[in-house]
Amino acid sequence: MRIIFKTTYVQDIKLMKHRGYVFWYSILMAAVLIAPAVLDEFYIGEMAFIFIYAIAGLGLMIPVGFTGLASLGHAAFLAIGAYVNAYFLQEGYPFLVSLLLAGIISAMIGGLIAVPLKRMTGIYFAIATLAFAIIVEEIIVHWKSVTGGLGGMSVDYPVIFGFELGEIWQFYFLCLAVLLIVLYGTLNLIRSPTGRAFIAIRDSEISAESMGINLSIYKIKSFAISGLFTGLAGALFAHRLAFLVPDAFNFLLSIQLLMMVVVGGLGTIHGAIFGAIFVGLLPQVIAIAKDFLPHAIGEFPGLEPGLFGLILVLFIIFEPMGLYGRWLKFKLFLEMFPLYRKATFKRQKTYLKTERVQ
Amino acid sequence: MTYFKAENVSIEFGGIKAVNHVSFDVEKGSIYTIVGPNGAGKTTIFNIVSRIYNLTEGKITFEDRDITHLPTHQVVKLGIARTFQNIELFEHATVLHNLLIGRHIHCKSSMFSDLFFLPSVRKAELEHRRRVEDVIDFLDLQHYRDQLIQNLPYGVRKIVELGRALCTDPKLLLLDEPASGLNVDETEDMAFWIDDIKKLLGITVIMVEHNMSLVSQVSDRVLAINYGEKLAEGTPTEVQENPEVIKAYLGEEDVH
Repeated sequence: MRIIFKTTYVQDIKLMKHRGYVFWYSILMAAVLIAPAVLDEFYIGEMAFIFIYAIAGLGLMIPVGFTGLASLGHAAFLAIGAYVNAYFLQEGYPFLVSLLLAGIISAMIGGLIAVPLKRMTGIYFAIATLAFAIIVEEIIVHWKSVTGGLGGMSVDYPVIFGFELGEIWQFYFLCLAVLLIVLYGTLNLIRSPTGRAFIAIRDSEISAESMGINLSIYKIKSFAISGLFTGLAGALFAHRLAFLVPDAFNFLLSIQLLMMVVVGGLGTIHGAIFGAIFVGLLPQVIAIAKDFLPHAIGEFPGLEPGLFGLILVLFIIFEPMGLYGRWLKFKLFLEMFPLYRKATFKRQKTYLKTERVQ
Repeated sequence: MTYFKAENVSIEFGGIKAVNHVSFDVEKGSIYTIVGPNGAGKTTIFNIVSRIYNLTEGKITFEDRDITHLPTHQVVKLGIARTFQNIELFEHATVLHNLLIGRHIHCKSSMFSDLFFLPSVRKAELEHRRRVEDVIDFLDLQHYRDQLIQNLPYGVRKIVELGRALCTDPKLLLLDEPASGLNVDETEDMAFWIDDIKKLLGITVIMVEHNMSLVSQVSDRVLAINYGEKLAEGTPTEVQENPEVIKAYLGEEDVH
């Protein structure tokens, strides 16, 4: 067990708390960097997909995990990011500009919808965000001049300073770069006053307010930042799909995003990443399992969404802290071995406010 | 001019007059206690002062400023901080984190500088940390600094909440039953701290409290209310000996 001897206040706001962080994250970084040289193209594509999910997951973690606003409509922000990016690319804007515009427009819409939503809590908030997602989907279907409607819209390869990123490994590094930037932003946010205010709102609105936190403004900020990150993920998602249809951003995608943050571990940054890996790998696992299952079960319609729902419910009941919580317990088990007691976490099976219906 | 003044404060909840024309003045640097039986309207008065409830009638002034219609989140900016009867801390955060949230009104950074954690944010954060450490030293919270609130015993939570209110650098502190749920030792500590808050930090305190020994130990003036109406006001002994107050607490002697 490592005991950190703190001698300055800076140690509490550093991102790398001790040498263990530096060591393990360097190894992880090196592994991610050499992966395209070692792995098959298929796996690189899947990893890029996981990166995109992780960006969206961080975007969703900010309102759901940190501010306590459960959103059932985050696919809408992915859609906005994707279509804005595709549209501006079609109009001949450079990729970096259209990527940024995708983030900014999505952030502005996020801030705008938070204005009427900010007074709602719990399940009413969730229903309102669901309605927002449906409205966005309908707008995409009907605004044919911009989105191509049900006929769809093709997305060009991203071009950065004249280099066309046509190869999958190039796209992989693009996603990795955006993920790292978003990750850095989220880490900064959580250790700064804005992130603290979000957490305060999540845990107790009444006392956040009497500490001088303007609830309306911070809820709007939370949704705007969330819109920014999710919009960026959407822009990358567009390139991954290569052809956009409104159906790609349906309710199921919103549920998938929500499942990601819940299964990963609400209220933690690790949770968003773990959740992205889980959600990214799950369809593959289901596809492989299908081969071994009897035909009647394997080809059962709605198997995938059904499994998503089941997993979500099981996690909420048995492991509210998600995969990251499980990992923390495992780590403690190793550190304390053979003295680990199961009861250590007994009291910590508490629920974040987001998970309760108020 | 008085420091803090509540004039004819009244609030109704659908026909029930929870507080009915109550007036009181608090002098700068004093400890003012509101006592009364359960449901007398003590916490309601607190919620009116910290602007959680809108009053039906009356006026509240603090440092010659009318705060009757101020939004809730701006009250603390004037220097009025409060604690809650049933502890409203941020459960999933550490003690340090909770105290830093107390510094919120002094944080000037914008969302964008926070996203990049600019050097100015870093500098401000270290400054806030220094201030929070002063409060930690004042209340002897060193052991609990990095612990999550949900793992702390009730008595410590009570003190953390007091600490969080102190972190806002208040001029007026509203303490809602600071000793409820504390054992005898903890209550004595609390009495010392409240006294220190007044004498060392020069903060004016308004508190609601049931524990009469604590009340008479620290209060300069006491207001007794019942059914939302003023019963008596004066020094702790005066109020304790007031027949109306004794009647409200113990009932009338049965003469047959």
